[in-house]
Amino acid sequence: MSTSSPIALINARLLDPASGGEIRGGVLAENGCIVGVGADVTKANVGARTKAIDCGGDIVCPGLIDMCAFIGEPGASHRETIATASRAAAAGGVTTIVATPNTNPPVDGAAVVDYLMRRARDTAKVRILPCAALTKGLAGGEIAEIGLLKEAGAIAFSNGPASVVSSQVMRRAMTYARDFGAVIIHRSEDPELARAGVMNEGEFASRLGLPGIPREAEAIMIDRDMRLVALTLAGNAGGAHYHAQLVTTTLSLDIIAKAKAVGLPVSCATSINHLSLNETDVGDYRTFLKLSPPLRTEEERLALVEALASGLIDVIVSDHNPQDVEAKRVPFSEAEYGAIGLETMLPAGLRLVQAGHVPLARLIASMTLRPAEILGLPQGRLQKGAPADLIRFDPEEPFVVDPARLQSRSKNTPFDEARMEGVVKLTMVAGAIV
Amino acid sequence: MTVLAKPVFSHRHLLGIEGLSRPDIEALLDLADEAVEVSRQVEKKRSVLRGRTLINLFFEPSTRTQSSFELAGKRLGADVMNMSVATSSVTKGETLIDTAATLNAMRPDLIVVRHHHSGAVQLLSRKVSCSVINAGDGSHEHPTQALLDALTIRRNKGRIDGLTIAICGDVAHSRVARSNMILLTQMGARVRVVGPSTLLPAGIERMGVEVHRSMESGIRDADIVMMLRLQRERMDGAFVPSLKEFARFYGLDEEKLKWAKPDALVMHPGPINRGVEIESAVADGPRSLINEQVEMGVAVRMAVLEALAQNLPNS
Repeated sequence: MSTSSPIALINARLLDPASGGEIRGGVLAENGCIVGVGADVTKANVGARTKAIDCGGDIVCPGLIDMCAFIGEPGASHRETIATASRAAAAGGVTTIVATPNTNPPVDGAAVVDYLMRRARDTAKVRILPCAALTKGLAGGEIAEIGLLKEAGAIAFSNGPASVVSSQVMRRAMTYARDFGAVIIHRSEDPELARAGVMNEGEFASRLGLPGIPREAEAIMIDRDMRLVALTLAGNAGGAHYHAQLVTTTLSLDIIAKAKAVGLPVSCATSINHLSLNETDVGDYRTFLKLSPPLRTEEERLALVEALASGLIDVIVSDHNPQDVEAKRVPFSEAEYGAIGLETMLPAGLRLVQAGHVPLARLIASMTLRPAEILGLPQGRLQKGAPADLIRFDPEEPFVVDPARLQSRSKNTPFDEARMEGVVKLTMVAGAIV
Repeated sequence: MTVLAKPVFSHRHLLGIEGLSRPDIEALLDLADEAVEVSRQVEKKRSVLRGRTLINLFFEPSTRTQSSFELAGKRLGADVMNMSVATSSVTKGETLIDTAATLNAMRPDLIVVRHHHSGAVQLLSRKVSCSVINAGDGSHEHPTQALLDALTIRRNKGRIDGLTIAICGDVAHSRVARSNMILLTQMGARVRVVGPSTLLPAGIERMGVEVHRSMESGIRDADIVMMLRLQRERMDGAFVPSLKEFARFYGLDEEKLKWAKPDALVMHPGPINRGVEIESAVADGPRSLINEQVEMGVAVRMAVLEALAQNLPNS
């Protein structure tokens, strides 16, 4: 991420998620930051030593911030590496990845954070922000070194794909996190209730003969967490915050809406998969559609889209989870969970805009400004002084998802051969085109 | 020691600082000042408790408190018997109340009790006819520790009233912290408690103290920095992530001590975990009162025994 000579993106539709407004004009980036933005940033105005790129009416907005992606390192470089994940991110317009801590070893010590940051510096094109483990070894038993991990550079704390089951441990982790102004990102699923299941519980699972996971498995844990937030984090002024990593049911949304209404410091995300697909997409036992939490019914999907539009759902994540072919070329019940998503998050999201369900500005805010606000990052804004993490995309240019051309090391996309619109034509990180 | 015409201390037991008035506390500290002088002479023996029997009943292991009481009793002329749980019939299943009845039948005059459950000493005191001194009950109170801390502070600073005193570390599980909070606020000090939220008990802000979650704000401009012992079983991720992290953010080292007043003094009830809640350089440094606290401990216990003995029958 080097800074170079000034670059101006001119003749663009400028979309600033902070204002929600859209104007015609340009953005001038210099020394890694936005130094000019607006209608007056034109080829004539930026000077000869500035490289001016005519965007031809494409949208320019802040680079996307993906709050949940597995990047393979350390320990699973056969599935993904920081280099391949960052190439996929750059191709998809993602300029910041929050990397999940469920690596091998897990990110539960300052040395692992340090390793990740050095690897990112040396091999990544985009920003990699390590999310550290909330409990040691992600085992859910003992609080991790939140203070030391945060000093080392951890952006947030999560327990990976599993919930902290013990309410006592979770309470103490939240209590302790409060003193350090830490952000907790939690995946909520009662493991006992979900244990046997491999897809959403209901008629469709029954017809396929697959054991189901009830929506309540998610809602019960969300409900517990909201009560613990009220007990430990209510009214804190130090920035401590609870973020529900993946909400997929109306039951959970109702609980979060109540928590937000009484002013608790909480936010939530859902994945692009849960906004785009439903349980019937599993179809003929398609393992690329085996996700955790499982894809829900169409009614639930529509409710999620509505909650995104209203702002109840703050953030969209890719939940990028690369799996090698062997892990998916097995019977559905034995297949690994997960799908890749860094490169398709934006065009899949644009489908919601094209269908008239979600305003464009709201969609972009859920992938830029809201994650930045939750994590306390300066990115996500199209404003003077903000980091020059920018993307240019044509929201209407069509393409067909071709797994062979995806940059990720693994090819388990649920959008295999899907027709989409929205092509990222330029990705800039810290003022440099990547 | 002076034989006082009229008892200055009217309580039968010393179960806690709670319930003591400021004159009660001052009377004990004045008596203790005299006991310090006695203890510094070659001839330390007095006869205030001659003929009296003192039983040390410790359900929890203790080195300094038990030996401190033993020495205090002996210097005042009492016969002292030590009973520790390892050799008592409690390990054979006897209840606390049965143990109390058994000991009471031996007609002791004073029983010093330490027990791992809060309230156990009070329960025992209701079942015996002698005076009972709480040497620490669970996470509740440890009154003689608070008195010896107050004595140490008063002798070094000349007063307690108006001082800013920061009590730092595992406040939640500390009987030392509770007794000190009550005593020091009663004596007019401005008391702060400092520690991670996991080690602060619920509702502490309503106990008359200022609550701080960072050492920097907590010990800024303090006159006294009082560190608490962190039990090893609480360092491993249950309440704080690790020894290393606790030492980094809440351990007292020379850097952090710079936030306190230039003439601030450092205390610790002992035994210390070097490198955890306190660095050796601070514990052994010129501003440390840790060894003086031990000396004051004997004096305070002499004062307490004498004060209670004045109210015993036939005295």
